[in-house]
Amino acid sequence: MFTRRHFTTAATALALTLGATAAKAQDGELYIPLISKGFQHQFWQAVNQGAEQAAEELGVRVTFEGPDNESQVDKQMDMLAAALANNPAAIGFAALDSQAAIPLLRQAQDAGVAVIAFDSGVDSDIPVATAATDNVAAAALAADKMAELIGGSGQVAVVAHDQTSRTGVDRRDGFVDQIEEAYPDIEIVAIEYGGGDQLESTEITRALLAAHPDLAGIFGTNEGSAIGVVNGVRESGAEDIVIVGYDSGQAQIDAIRDGVMAGAITQNPVGIGYETVKAAVAAARGEEVPADIDTGFYWYDQTNIDDPEIAAVLYQ
Amino acid sequence: MTSADTTAEPATGAKAARRGSAQQKLLAFASLIALVIVFSIASPNFFQVSNIMAILQAASVNGVLAIAVTLIIITGGIDLSIGTLMTFCAVMTGVVLTWLGAPLILGVVTAIATGMLSGLASGTFVAKMKIPPFIATLGMMLILKGLSLIVTGTRPIYFNDTPGFDLISRGSLIGAVIPGFPVPNGVLILFIVAGVVAWILSRTVLGRYTFALGSNEEAVRLSGVNADAWKMAIYAVSGAIVGIAGLLIASRLNSAQPALGLGYELEAIAAVVIGGTSLSGGRGTILGTLIGALIMAVLTNGLRVLSVAPEWQTVVTGAIIIVAVYADQLRRRDPS
Repeated sequence: MFTRRHFTTAATALALTLGATAAKAQDGELYIPLISKGFQHQFWQAVNQGAEQAAEELGVRVTFEGPDNESQVDKQMDMLAAALANNPAAIGFAALDSQAAIPLLRQAQDAGVAVIAFDSGVDSDIPVATAATDNVAAAALAADKMAELIGGSGQVAVVAHDQTSRTGVDRRDGFVDQIEEAYPDIEIVAIEYGGGDQLESTEITRALLAAHPDLAGIFGTNEGSAIGVVNGVRESGAEDIVIVGYDSGQAQIDAIRDGVMAGAITQNPVGIGYETVKAAVAAARGEEVPADIDTGFYWYDQTNIDDPEIAAVLYQ
Repeated sequence: MTSADTTAEPATGAKAARRGSAQQKLLAFASLIALVIVFSIASPNFFQVSNIMAILQAASVNGVLAIAVTLIIITGGIDLSIGTLMTFCAVMTGVVLTWLGAPLILGVVTAIATGMLSGLASGTFVAKMKIPPFIATLGMMLILKGLSLIVTGTRPIYFNDTPGFDLISRGSLIGAVIPGFPVPNGVLILFIVAGVVAWILSRTVLGRYTFALGSNEEAVRLSGVNADAWKMAIYAVSGAIVGIAGLLIASRLNSAQPALGLGYELEAIAAVVIGGTSLSGGRGTILGTLIGALIMAVLTNGLRVLSVAPEWQTVVTGAIIIVAVYADQLRRRDPS
């Protein structure tokens, strides 16, 4: 019978064990905070997942936080400052505005805390390594696929997520430059910005379809934008519009399976998180770290969506 | 649409107020028509059935939100929580339909009940605890935003297992009855909500007290009416309407997106003031708000169809809000 004494003993034992674990965590484990651009989107959750995976394998403690949306540069600075105050072994940082972060990063450097940039680079030599997707090359691949799918000529439009962040600019320019250089018969008739908001991107798509009746294809530059494009095309009943997306998420995966979306570029978000933590641990232990860690990207469509290589980097 | 013809103060200067309100609506309506004409001339692609439907549908979520906040603004209050409450209602609908597998109708009830309860909470903070509406609903805005993320674990909830859910907004009952006139259900719902709320404001006791609280709350109290209870009731009704907006957006996106919602409250408030409802309370109409929401949708869509640079689109939208409210001020200063 489970008596009160048993219960007390068990509780005490549990408390002691927990206490011991906590003490050990404080003494031995390296603490590595990751300051990301967000945490609510599935993409960031996947980065977090990779970071936790690496943390478990390497026996370090990782925290993951980011502001509500990608315009809150100031909030991100507060998070970075708070992380520095906690005496981290190293810091992972995905800059919303790399210039704005330099004073704090310098402070980290002076304190001997290694900074690993992830997702997008920082315009400075402070980070010892950068783990990111080559967004320009990835968007150029999207442009090649778009050109192939619409037959090398016609009108296309871009629904981008924003016009100031590194990823927003790189993906837009990577796509636009590739089209302009390699496909003279393709005209980019519009570039609109929906903030990655699905509803906003839906309205944009409907306006684009109204404004350009001959539109052949639309490129959505992140998950929210791409899903908005799918929604807008579905609602308007337009046919034969080639949609090329970016990243994954359940809705985008479904759209590709249904054939509404032709295909999309996927980054390797789990890999970004994993490589960031791995590089941070190496740097904290004084080991050599490669300056550029290309985490890779892939094109996926109906034909290869179930390949193990692709399925591993898609997030639901 | 005479039922929307709600006058400002029932007691004093009813005639002048009615004339003023009619003028305001005329002004707003004239602006709407002018915008449509300008865009139609500027681009042959603007005035097409499919684009008009796109505009109406774009107005549906914002319009329903704007109607909800119109009630609060008429009482002299403000509600900043409507955007994140809309999301929370969508999330709770997702919990009930997708996670618990309940039938569609229960999802609808959940959205409206969640909105109503949250509205009741805001109403209690404002009426009973005397927290200024701006602060109370700012707090609610953050609480609801957090709750949406907590409940969902920051992942969207999809409605793939509930066939017919996307038809709430996207289907077309009217199109089924009148072929070739495919007004989406979301738009139909907007107009039904507008009609019902206009009726509540003009024909019911609740409507009378909504205006009375906004023009002279003290007088309402002195006349022995339980002003607090009525105020709470108005916030609850407003919350229920936000629940309908939650259904509309969830249906349109076929998912409850927990990170969405912040910022939607300001667009709704913009539609309300363009429609001539006074932020100082006691004055406003649902028809005006409806026109305000349509003006916002026409403007956003029209500028995009004209391929105006995205940076300038927001500048123009901001300027229009200021011009609209200034025109309203000029009209009211005019003694005639």
